[in-house]
Amino acid sequence: MLRIDRRLLAHFDWALLASVLLVVGCGLVTVLSATRGPEGLVSSVLLRQAMWVALGLVALVVVQGFDYHWLDRYAYVLYAGTVALLVATAALGAFGGGARRWISIGPIAIQPSEFAKLGLVLSLARYLHRQMEPGAGLSLRMLVVPAMLLGLPAVLVLKQPDLGTAIVLVLTTGALLLMAGLRLRLVLVLALVAVPAVPYLWQHLKPYQQRRVLTFINPDADPLGAGYHIIQSKIAIGSGMLDGKGFLHGTQNRLNFLPEQHTDFIFAVFSEEWGFIGGCVLLALYMVLLTRCFLVAWRARDNFGALVAFGLTAAIFSQVLVNIAMATGALPVVGITLPFLSYGGSSMLTCLIAVGLLLNISMRRFTF
Amino acid sequence: MGTFSQRELPTVIRRRLGVAFSLSLLAFALLVARLWYLQILQGEEMRAMSENNRIRLHRVQATRGTVLDRYGRVLIDSRPSYDAVVVPEDTPRLDLLLENLAQLIGQSASELGATLGQRGGGRPPFGDVVVRRDLSREEVIALETHQLELPGVSLRITPRRSYPLDTRLAHLLGYVGEADPAELAADPRYDMGDLVGKVGLEKRWESYLRGTNGGQQVEVDAVGRKLRVLREVEEVPGHTLRLTIDLDLQNAATAALGDRDGSIVALDPTTGEILAFANHPSFDPNLFARGIRRDEWQGLSRDKHRPLNNRAIQGQYPPGSTFKIIVATAALEEGVVNPFTRIYCPGGVRFGNHYFRCWRKGGHGSVNLHQALVQSCDSYFYQVSQRLGIDTIARYARQFGLGEPTGIDLEHEKGGTIPDSEWKQRRFKQPWYAGETLSSAIGQGYVTATPLQMANAIAMTAVGKRFRPSFVRQVETANGQVVRQEAPQVVAELSVRETTLRQIREALRDVVGAKNGTGKKARLPGIEVAGKTGTSQVVRLGVKRMKASQVPWHHRDHAWFVAYAPVEAPEIAVAAIVEHADGGGGAVAAPAVREVLEAYFRLKRERGGVKYAQN
Repeated sequence: MLRIDRRLLAHFDWALLASVLLVVGCGLVTVLSATRGPEGLVSSVLLRQAMWVALGLVALVVVQGFDYHWLDRYAYVLYAGTVALLVATAALGAFGGGARRWISIGPIAIQPSEFAKLGLVLSLARYLHRQMEPGAGLSLRMLVVPAMLLGLPAVLVLKQPDLGTAIVLVLTTGALLLMAGLRLRLVLVLALVAVPAVPYLWQHLKPYQQRRVLTFINPDADPLGAGYHIIQSKIAIGSGMLDGKGFLHGTQNRLNFLPEQHTDFIFAVFSEEWGFIGGCVLLALYMVLLTRCFLVAWRARDNFGALVAFGLTAAIFSQVLVNIAMATGALPVVGITLPFLSYGGSSMLTCLIAVGLLLNISMRRFTF
Repeated sequence: MGTFSQRELPTVIRRRLGVAFSLSLLAFALLVARLWYLQILQGEEMRAMSENNRIRLHRVQATRGTVLDRYGRVLIDSRPSYDAVVVPEDTPRLDLLLENLAQLIGQSASELGATLGQRGGGRPPFGDVVVRRDLSREEVIALETHQLELPGVSLRITPRRSYPLDTRLAHLLGYVGEADPAELAADPRYDMGDLVGKVGLEKRWESYLRGTNGGQQVEVDAVGRKLRVLREVEEVPGHTLRLTIDLDLQNAATAALGDRDGSIVALDPTTGEILAFANHPSFDPNLFARGIRRDEWQGLSRDKHRPLNNRAIQGQYPPGSTFKIIVATAALEEGVVNPFTRIYCPGGVRFGNHYFRCWRKGGHGSVNLHQALVQSCDSYFYQVSQRLGIDTIARYARQFGLGEPTGIDLEHEKGGTIPDSEWKQRRFKQPWYAGETLSSAIGQGYVTATPLQMANAIAMTAVGKRFRPSFVRQVETANGQVVRQEAPQVVAELSVRETTLRQIREALRDVVGAKNGTGKKARLPGIEVAGKTGTSQVVRLGVKRMKASQVPWHHRDHAWFVAYAPVEAPEIAVAAIVEHADGGGGAVAAPAVREVLEAYFRLKRERGGVKYAQN
């Protein structure tokens, strides 16, 4: 499978890979700072993260090596595999932090909801590219299968409960449908149907679920929980000022004011230590990455490739945008990791596999 | 692959990709603007805030709900108490501070330091540590006047649970304690230091009593003094519970037991509402609420009189002759005797090579069922039991609710034992021996029941049906809005002919009312009482009869009395057991029940028949 083809190598997207590696590097440095013990000890978290990065790079090399059209044939199988993992998690997963999200395979714990994103993008791309006709949009009937493809993992993920990942799944599906030709008129009609159903569904929620949704809509409603975290995160970011407090000198982070500092709120740790300049550099790296990803979709030689590339891009960058907006207090708190930066093996592995797929599609844009 | 024949994307898709890309870039631009706002425009302010992190979270513990008796008198209360808390980061010299503090509250600085180290582990930065709970008035005043010398020290008001009844009713009320790690992990609504019901009513009604914690996001100055409240969530106090217990009757029952080990349960036979629930010995829940000391705990748990044991629902005693009510009902109902059947009692019955004695040495002579109940003749019931067989007796006993928990809303209720042939096979892998039926018929052998079960059984005899015993009547919000009302729950109807019941009730009336009745010490002026005595053996003694005073204490018999009154329109049913008494049921337990009944009817007269306070 790993035959080196000179023609392919000539089209390898080095800029894409380089920007990814730079962001991952920033991530390792920040995880080091976020998890360093009081005596300056390097925590095992960093070593584990480095191990996952290595594993992810191996996966990246493997994934870019074969012709991506192979994925068209096996998209549903891969999708079924990721859903099966989610079901297994619900049945026998480990309980942690009030949710059942992890499943143990030997000594390592994986989070199947991350892989579900890949399965969803591939299966949607496979279904949609066969429905696309030049000059015609998607009909209502063609939305049934995508709705089911989304619904199954989304419900399983919501049950864990993991609202953040469910939102990413919905955003990704929506973006793919729009790309595949969903007409705005149809979107409006669907919205008109959905809105009256909301009060009805609301009544069927349990009180604690209602409370969760309310806090989600208005974090000020929970000033002792999420609202407090948001204030501390904003203080961390703001106190970084222009050039930051310096590497390993973030006090908010050091004194544990930040919740989930090495996962969901890692952007706050980074911004406190590197300031506005550092934050802009990081955002610029993400923007380079974003541009390269869009170019892959733009240049793809067929609809399937374009949809896979765009779907992966949507999945990654909806997370980037929501996570940073959340850390800066511009959006309500939902548990979403920052791709390539946050600690988390499954997240890192999934993102690097996605990059591998993007490289794969990019390289094969001139081949048949 | 036909589907992949295209060489270039349709322009529609490219246009859409362009729109999506532009929107993404716009989103990034907005994020940069947001960073500019936070880090450049607000940067100074945020830097200052992070320097001595000024935003603190102060939790306000919800006041736990009050518990009242049926006339609105306080059974459990929450009173405010003052704790001294320290935020170590707020003080420049912690050692100096501890010295000063130590002088004011009469504790050594090293002790305070130790507490600080112990409780401060794992707290968030600028989190506070309680160094001393429940300060006295003088200490509160001292701390307030010396506030300037004590940077980093503050007073915090927390509700504390108090049990004004002390040891009375303790087994039913239970107690609270601080949430342990398991409870904290199980329910995210608990915070460190929260009070949680651990036992009894406090535990079973936790969800109503608890209330919802509140809190404040406050801005403080460099030494931790509160400058202003940024956001606030009001605490919601817990619900008020109104019980069915009558405090006066409870006191009467406690007094009737005195310092003798045992239990008295009084309930309303027409509703199952528990009126009094007394156990002796008991414990003081206040010890647990303030944090019990090791020696106090050991004293309670190692006491051979077992004060922590809730005898009324956990004490499984042989019911003795009180069980004859059930055997007599079975005998009439099954037709093995009629009211006129006479059996001769020579002072015992020989069965196989064993002689089963009647409690009266000389025997009762020839007795019918009525006389056998009134005088509690054992021989009569030995004979009858042979005609019934153990399985029939067991069936009737279960009708009266014996052999299974009553379903009262308390944990760890015991069900007692009603043996039959199948039970014995299961339990001992042995067949039932006919001789064992004889001892079962007088409530000995394997037969056991709890005082609450016996109160329930006599109540069923009085009204013909059985209720689930209850002790909570109504739940209200702290400002008096009723949110839940408990209705009587019928568990079973007695499927026995009315004539049978009438004959049993007449006999029980004469147990108390007749000249030769065994329970005449329960007699009340002006009110007819029905009852049954019981004296149950703890150990099988030799052939020779001995006086109670000659037997070692823990080998002495238990004294039982069960009763209801008035006979024609029952309002109250009582079961009493005195452990290892210095006399039988008639001599010891009947007078205790009489005291409770006497108090009940006196209180009823005084209150003009009002059954509970109108609110």
